[in-house]
Amino acid sequence: MSDAIIKVEGLGKRYTLHHQARSGLLRDRIAGLFHNTFQRTKTAAATEEEFWALRDVNFTVNPGDVVGIIGRNGAGKSTLLKILSRITEPTTGRITINGRVASLLEVGTGFHGELSGRENIFLNGAILGMTRAEIKKKFDEIVAFSEVEKFLDTPVKHYSSGMYVRLAFAVAAHLEPEILIVDEVLAVGDQEFQKKCLGKMHEVASGQGRTVLFVSHNTSALLNVCDTGILLEQGRLSAQGDIKTIVNSYLETGLQRTQVFSASADRPHITTLEVDADALAAGDLIVNVGFRSPCPIVPVVGIVLSTDKGQPISGCNGRMIGSAWRPPAATEGVVKARLSPLLLHSGVYFISIWLSDPATDYDERRNALQFTFVSKNFYPQCPSIDEIGAADFAWKWE
Amino acid sequence: MSHLTPPLARLQQPLIIEAGRTERHYWHDLWRYRELLGFLAWRDIKVRYKQAALGAAWAIVQPAVQTLLLTFVFGKLAKMPGGDVPYPLLVLAGLLPWQLFAGAFSGAGSSLVSNAHLISKVYFPRLIVPLSAVVVALIDMLILLAIALPACAFSGITPTWRLLLLPLFTLGTMLVALGAGLWITALTVKYRDFRFIAPFILQIGMFVTPVGYRTDFLPNWRDWLALNPLTSMVEGFRWCLLGGRTEFYAQGLCVSLAITTLLLLGGLWYFRTTERRFADVI
Repeated sequence: MSDAIIKVEGLGKRYTLHHQARSGLLRDRIAGLFHNTFQRTKTAAATEEEFWALRDVNFTVNPGDVVGIIGRNGAGKSTLLKILSRITEPTTGRITINGRVASLLEVGTGFHGELSGRENIFLNGAILGMTRAEIKKKFDEIVAFSEVEKFLDTPVKHYSSGMYVRLAFAVAAHLEPEILIVDEVLAVGDQEFQKKCLGKMHEVASGQGRTVLFVSHNTSALLNVCDTGILLEQGRLSAQGDIKTIVNSYLETGLQRTQVFSASADRPHITTLEVDADALAAGDLIVNVGFRSPCPIVPVVGIVLSTDKGQPISGCNGRMIGSAWRPPAATEGVVKARLSPLLLHSGVYFISIWLSDPATDYDERRNALQFTFVSKNFYPQCPSIDEIGAADFAWKWE
Repeated sequence: MSHLTPPLARLQQPLIIEAGRTERHYWHDLWRYRELLGFLAWRDIKVRYKQAALGAAWAIVQPAVQTLLLTFVFGKLAKMPGGDVPYPLLVLAGLLPWQLFAGAFSGAGSSLVSNAHLISKVYFPRLIVPLSAVVVALIDMLILLAIALPACAFSGITPTWRLLLLPLFTLGTMLVALGAGLWITALTVKYRDFRFIAPFILQIGMFVTPVGYRTDFLPNWRDWLALNPLTSMVEGFRWCLLGGRTEFYAQGLCVSLAITTLLLLGGLWYFRTTERRFADVI
């Protein structure tokens, strides 16, 4: 089992971008022919540009690994999946795969609206690489999973989008390859269905010991399903390793951890708001609020933490705690608030702040900064924050 | 269940993906995906007549009208000789292979573009798509044949042993269609211009193929017409169906087979070299 199931060496994919005139039209080809023969100008070359969607990518995947592939738009994730699933050919490099691959780059590939649900199961199964016998064997399971029994003989064009997606995913979920490649399919369907999909992927990965490559922007889904991760940045592999580390470094590459505010200088105001990235990665929240004032004030800062849906979780301010902490008066400075450890589930959170002195309010910034927190507590099958709340108190069980 | 048993693929040699390396698995994959070929053809047939009131009857109505039209133009207006065969039957026997070719050719031409969503999302040997167009055309032809045979018998032409050779000419026609279809398919992916060129080719083809007339009464033109690989197939169909009432030109068949081979091999070669880039250009 120590042998890699997927081995990628020096993988590169180059696309040639044709700007304006040089399209694939025959007319342009013929025109280009004349152009080059008679004029020998450099215009043709100038409108072409090379673009490396992937460059020198190396990694290996072991059997049974569930690998999350993460990166910003245009980082090369889709290209990588397309090459792995043999839809397009690499320009350089080599991939060795020891097993049958099924890829799910889209839910319901090849579904035909005029055909009934039953017919589409067979068609879609065949397109995804199943044999007729395999589909027959799994037919009942697929139907049960999709929950569309009653409409099996209705053309799928009359299906609701939810039914359509359920049926499509049901077929795909019953593929039995050694390697399953999944692209962002969980972005569709309602919350409950997404959960079902994630559960199924879990089952595929842990229960049946298959290798899964999973691309998603949904970091909490990635954390739930994957053990290791690959981070792509501008076509290059920038990190590979434990999924939590990878998600952290992904979040760090993009998120703004600091906000700078501009306000009139004639009254006290907030100048900066910063979340300490290192502390956050270590599981603590440290918020630095900078202020400036025309005359010395005793800074009183209020902070409210809320979920990405705007639900407040916890807040505190200097006035409420009274004399417990009273800094000296100043015209500018940074107030540091610390929450250690931060007892929250992994997710996206907002910080709102306000500034005052013990008597008067001066400045207020609602949802001033957004940050993503990756908890050290890893719950494989954690329900969403909307259901169980954001707080992750330390429950004791007996 | 099956995950407990060592999967077959693991015992096979590993799959290697490299630039220009797809060749090795190709024919093996083509065989593995043979069921998909059937499913795609089945889908196209099923969907085609789904919302048409007359349904599959269209497979007969169209050639019937064409038969009448060609009989009128060639037999009545141009007064071409029909010999001792009723002119409509002569045309019908010619239409069978022509419909097969035309259906496969135009189907193949548009097949990759209309299946673009599959090409860009799933892997399978792309050859399956034009092949399924040929299968669809074959099924249409078989429906027509089921009409043509009783029509012949009704006109007093009894089937002879020659009818047993019909599958060979059917195969020949399919190979011509596949050869031409592969070219048009691959060219259409790259240059959409060929969507406009393909119907044009069919229009011309209809007349340079002896669908509406007999070649054995045109000795001056016979050798020229033989350069069209379909000519021999049309003659073959007539010879089989009409019980030898028309003459079969054996030399023409040799020329036709040679040209068909070139067309097919060339088509395969061109298709295979461009296939790798289909997903990028489609």
